[in-house]
Amino acid sequence: MRILIANLFALLSLPAAAGLKVFATVPEWAALAREIGGADVQVYAATHALQDPHRIEAKPSLIARARSADLAIATGAELEAGWLPVVLRESGNSRIQVGAPGHFEAARQVRMLEIPARVDRAEGDVHAAGNPHIQTDPRNILLVGEALAERMASLDPAGAAAYRSAWARFAADWRARIAAWEKAAAPLKGVPVVVQHKSFPYLFDWLGMKEAATLEPKPGIEASAAHLARVVAQTAAAKPRLVLRAAYDAPRASEGYGRQTGVPVVVLPFTVGGSEQAQDLAGLYDDTLAKLLQALK
Amino acid sequence: MRLTRTAVSAALLAVPAIAAAAENDDLRALREEVARMREGYEKRIDALEKRLAQAETQAGKAEAKAAEASVQAREAAAARPPATANSFNPEIALILNGTYTKQSQDPASYNETPNPRSYHIHGFVPSLGETAPPRKGFGLGESELTLSANVDPHWRAQLTAALAPEGGAEVEEAFIQSLGFDNGFTLKAGRFLSGVGYLNPRHAHTWDFADAPLAYKAFFANQLRSDGVQLKWVAPTDLFVELGGEAASGGAFPSTDKNRSGTTLGTLFARVGGDIGISQNWRAGLSALATDPRDRTWNDVDSTDTTVENRFSGKSRMSIADFVWKWAPAGNAKERSLTVQGEVFRRHETGSMTYDAAAASVGTQTGDYASNQSGGYAQTVYQFQPRWRVGYRYDRLDSGTTRLGLVDSGALTAADFPLLSAHRPTRHTVMMDYATSEFARFRVQFARDKSRFDFGQGRALPDNQLWLQYVVSLGAHGAHKY
Repeated sequence: MRILIANLFALLSLPAAAGLKVFATVPEWAALAREIGGADVQVYAATHALQDPHRIEAKPSLIARARSADLAIATGAELEAGWLPVVLRESGNSRIQVGAPGHFEAARQVRMLEIPARVDRAEGDVHAAGNPHIQTDPRNILLVGEALAERMASLDPAGAAAYRSAWARFAADWRARIAAWEKAAAPLKGVPVVVQHKSFPYLFDWLGMKEAATLEPKPGIEASAAHLARVVAQTAAAKPRLVLRAAYDAPRASEGYGRQTGVPVVVLPFTVGGSEQAQDLAGLYDDTLAKLLQALK
Repeated sequence: MRLTRTAVSAALLAVPAIAAAAENDDLRALREEVARMREGYEKRIDALEKRLAQAETQAGKAEAKAAEASVQAREAAAARPPATANSFNPEIALILNGTYTKQSQDPASYNETPNPRSYHIHGFVPSLGETAPPRKGFGLGESELTLSANVDPHWRAQLTAALAPEGGAEVEEAFIQSLGFDNGFTLKAGRFLSGVGYLNPRHAHTWDFADAPLAYKAFFANQLRSDGVQLKWVAPTDLFVELGGEAASGGAFPSTDKNRSGTTLGTLFARVGGDIGISQNWRAGLSALATDPRDRTWNDVDSTDTTVENRFSGKSRMSIADFVWKWAPAGNAKERSLTVQGEVFRRHETGSMTYDAAAASVGTQTGDYASNQSGGYAQTVYQFQPRWRVGYRYDRLDSGTTRLGLVDSGALTAADFPLLSAHRPTRHTVMMDYATSEFARFRVQFARDKSRFDFGQGRALPDNQLWLQYVVSLGAHGAHKY
């Protein structure tokens, strides 16, 4: 028994492996942490691109991973409200609790869009802090990454210089990419589109695209056939060129709309891993633009 | 601004009153003068107001421009509404539920109306909780009010009050939970749902069926909650491994509030869990519970047809194995998902039983008591399209043969303890529910329940139970346990 207890304490007092252990709620922040931390950080993504980020469960594997994390990166703005609080609470890890240095919220770093004037569940699944799908604008990656690199540097002083220089390299490269993407995306400016869920306001804000309608009657509530018919009638005048959905969305509503109107359906990767081409952050925007421009032809 | 204008006008209007003694012409001239002055002031004030409004919009535009132009995070944060004292208020969540039920047997509790047709789980000492189905017709379930918040960086606290439909409130949970511990430790203190088993730590409104499994009704009087402390530890491994234990003062079944020692209920539990690929995840657990109840009291009808009060004192030891497995295509539970879960209970009780403690029949007698009882359930719930689910649950209990010293010695006969005669209750339950959103669920459930047994006729009495139920939650977006 004494040996068992001694072993237990030895196990508990093991020094943490070099570098940071990062628990990212969604793939885009995991990818960003990898860009900044390189091989020095161990990054775990709690979800993948084919899962609806609103519908995640606090499953055992997430609690096990959160338990040893030095840094939890969440989107915030209530995107993870249904599961992250339980995971944090059950993890027995004070370093990543809300308010601790090891708890980072990306949505705090950017200008939020679609902050509702009225917070009422009759409006569907609304987020009081604004639309949480901030990763569809690459300029937000710069804002989040800058703050994240600083946070990682302060949590791991030994790696601070490496994080900062990796970030500086990434940011310079990223700015050049943004300029190139903006140039390539010029034909998308002012293009009216229909979306299945309000997943892309930041993308539209960036590229100057116009959201003509949403297929969901309320956020998070799927369109019925009757509602779809109404949207078809209402959007006839706006002449939308594309109908968009994210990789994890069920195809029904957007395919139905496409069939009835002849408007091409585009499935966007939405996050890292959402398509074969979107295997990292740069690939995410490369592929998003390629798919949009291709469908517009 | 408007106030100023009113004050100025009032002051100006007061002037004619002072000039009341003057000639009519003078008065008229004065009035005209005042009217002109007032007009002038009003124009100036209007102009000032316009300029202010303009300045405000310009400032607003400038701010918006600044926000747009700037890529500084700090400025973006400054645009948010300021935090107010109100932000410190706890999260409030309210759960409401209502039922319509219909049963083929009398739903009255056996303990109050002891007869074979009233509700009881035959072969088991009544747990005295509200385990009977609700009375026929429309009914209001318990409304649940939860307040929770972080106390400080180290603690979080939660209060859940259950408002009974007949009036009165009960503290269902009131606990503090540590946030500030490391190395995987979490401490909870206060009144809380015990961590044993799978369903027990989960609030009833998150269960997949309208009522508890028979095993929970027979062994826990629906759910085990106690006043005490709980310590849990999560292992630093990628596989989820959790160990925990509780020390509590009992009160409720299977404990009693008359226990001798200070700590009357102890539990230990261990769980492991993880993922299989991206589509499946699972968890399995083992729990043990020990308590020494004193004077656990229930009613039975003896061979002279008299309602007698019987008592048990002794040791109660229980173990539970639980398992849950969940599947969703590519891990996306929005479309389709399947859950399979089951729990098995074993209980061993030894001690002494007192017959007719109130001496209402042939007189108080005491003898040995020993029972080995078991039970469990298995259920599966399938979400076949968004928001629609169907489920099936199978319940089974085995009372074993309860050994009664008073019967073995010939002092009394088995007919004096009809409730404790051997029985294997079973129940089949099917349900279908529809959720208009994450926050509202409507359920129809049908069960064929063979918990009752007519000792006189020597056969089980099946009860067909129909439930219609709604469960809604308001307020803070609750995060649910796995």
